[in-house]
Amino acid sequence: MSDHVAQGSPNAKGSQHVLEVAGLSAWYGEAKVLSDVDLRVEPGEVVTLVGRNGAGKTTLLRSVMGLHRHVEGTVSWGGSDLGRSSPDKRARAGLGWVPDDRGIYATLTVAENLTLPPVTSKADAWSLEQVYEQFPVLHERRDFPGTKLSGGEQQMLAIARVLRMGSRLLLLDEPSEGLAPVIVQRIGEIIRQIKAQGVSVLLVEQNVTFASTVADRHYLLAQGRVVESLDNDSFQSRTTELLEYLGM
Amino acid sequence: MTAFIQYTLQGLALGGFYALAALGLAVIFGVLGVVNFSHGACYMLGAVGAAVLLDATGLGFWAALPIVTVAMFVFGVLMERLLVRWLLRLDPLYNFLLTFGITLFLVDLVKRRYGVSSLAYELPAGLKGRVDIGSVSLSSYQIFVAAFSVVLCLAVWVLLTRTRIGMIVRAATEDAERSRALGINVGRWVTPVFGFGIALAGLAGVLRAPTGSVNADMGSFFIIILFAVVVIGGLGSILGAVVAGFLVGLVEAYGQGYAGSFSQVLIFVLMAVVILVRPSGLFGREEAAS
Repeated sequence: MSDHVAQGSPNAKGSQHVLEVAGLSAWYGEAKVLSDVDLRVEPGEVVTLVGRNGAGKTTLLRSVMGLHRHVEGTVSWGGSDLGRSSPDKRARAGLGWVPDDRGIYATLTVAENLTLPPVTSKADAWSLEQVYEQFPVLHERRDFPGTKLSGGEQQMLAIARVLRMGSRLLLLDEPSEGLAPVIVQRIGEIIRQIKAQGVSVLLVEQNVTFASTVADRHYLLAQGRVVESLDNDSFQSRTTELLEYLGM
Repeated sequence: MTAFIQYTLQGLALGGFYALAALGLAVIFGVLGVVNFSHGACYMLGAVGAAVLLDATGLGFWAALPIVTVAMFVFGVLMERLLVRWLLRLDPLYNFLLTFGITLFLVDLVKRRYGVSSLAYELPAGLKGRVDIGSVSLSSYQIFVAAFSVVLCLAVWVLLTRTRIGMIVRAATEDAERSRALGINVGRWVTPVFGFGIALAGLAGVLRAPTGSVNADMGSFFIIILFAVVVIGGLGSILGAVVAGFLVGLVEAYGQGYAGSFSQVLIFVLMAVVILVRPSGLFGREEAAS
């Protein structure tokens, strides 16, 4: 099975690495920020969540990760319900968290940032050599405090960190935000590369041009609801209309 | 010049108590998110424990140093397991109130059993005299305390920066939630870290016993200074706690030497200046302030 996935064939039969969210609602205090969200990410699939600020995209990612606890509905991963399991269990089950602030530790060096999380799947984990080969700048700066890197480098570090864990699904929260076009392009390349390895990506993105260059499918979120779910071709042909509808 | 050297040594010794205790406070706050108000009481227990040990068994300072420190570690583990743990998911204020209550309880317990007057404690064997360096005469115990606490802080620093456990504690101290999301079972480290922090407070108390007055109330002023140390160093910063601990010790000692009774005020003047210039403390992260 894992051979299948390693060859990058999505929908590998019998694969255990499907993320399924069903009837998910989430609250902040009294305010309901997600209503009855259903979504699915197949192995090796890149799926985006598109929507304006406050649509509930980040809350959705946090709920999948187990960081937002005030929820109803189910999140299942690899066929088993994650229930109330803690974020660290979910991470060890293969979910790779890349938060919107990149989450780089200032008190840890670049190398420590990379090696802090446990390796969760030996078969899937990138070795440190592999990481440094892909991201030479992280090698050059391995002894610097993590936050001494530029924004783009920090984003690379945050992604490399979960790849080194061997995560099977990356939860990427606006990786392109605030970065120069050339860096955004590089991040696009990385996403395509990890997709080719059979790793899935759930991507929150406001930059729809960027989203359409990497994604297989899109979910449009407005006021905590999924208002549309469509493949990349229809997304590209209807971009203007959809963006207007979303008010972006 | 002679006086200056003496005050500096005195300051480093004083700073040693503050740095060790503040270090414990910082790791507890970092990993658990608990502001441990009972830290002063645990420091007091360390000193009282040493005095009681001497009285009951005749075991002196050198035995008390490891025995009381380990006993305080166990005490911290019990405190976390039996009490603190149950409130961790609630607003941090609950644990602040809990540890405040524990403080009152411990202080009154000690008062009930040993009264309010100071318990006798002597300078340890071998460190009773003074050391003459040129024209300067220094207390050998103060030299020991200053050196011991500097070495201990360095040892903790090495533990934190050179080991995997240390890396996890630093990461959890910086952001516990994020560390969980990266697969680290932060909960597993909560109990030992709490015990470790309390043990450091107890150790500072044992070190203080030979030169301070050992009584139930010795922790109540200490905790106030300790909070000043934490504010100056930056809440949640381990390095900040150590540096600010020694800094406050020096300010207090120079104050006592040159400004008499004004010395305690100087600490809070220093705190006010730091807050004005760097609201998040000397080593605090900027976001913490905003």
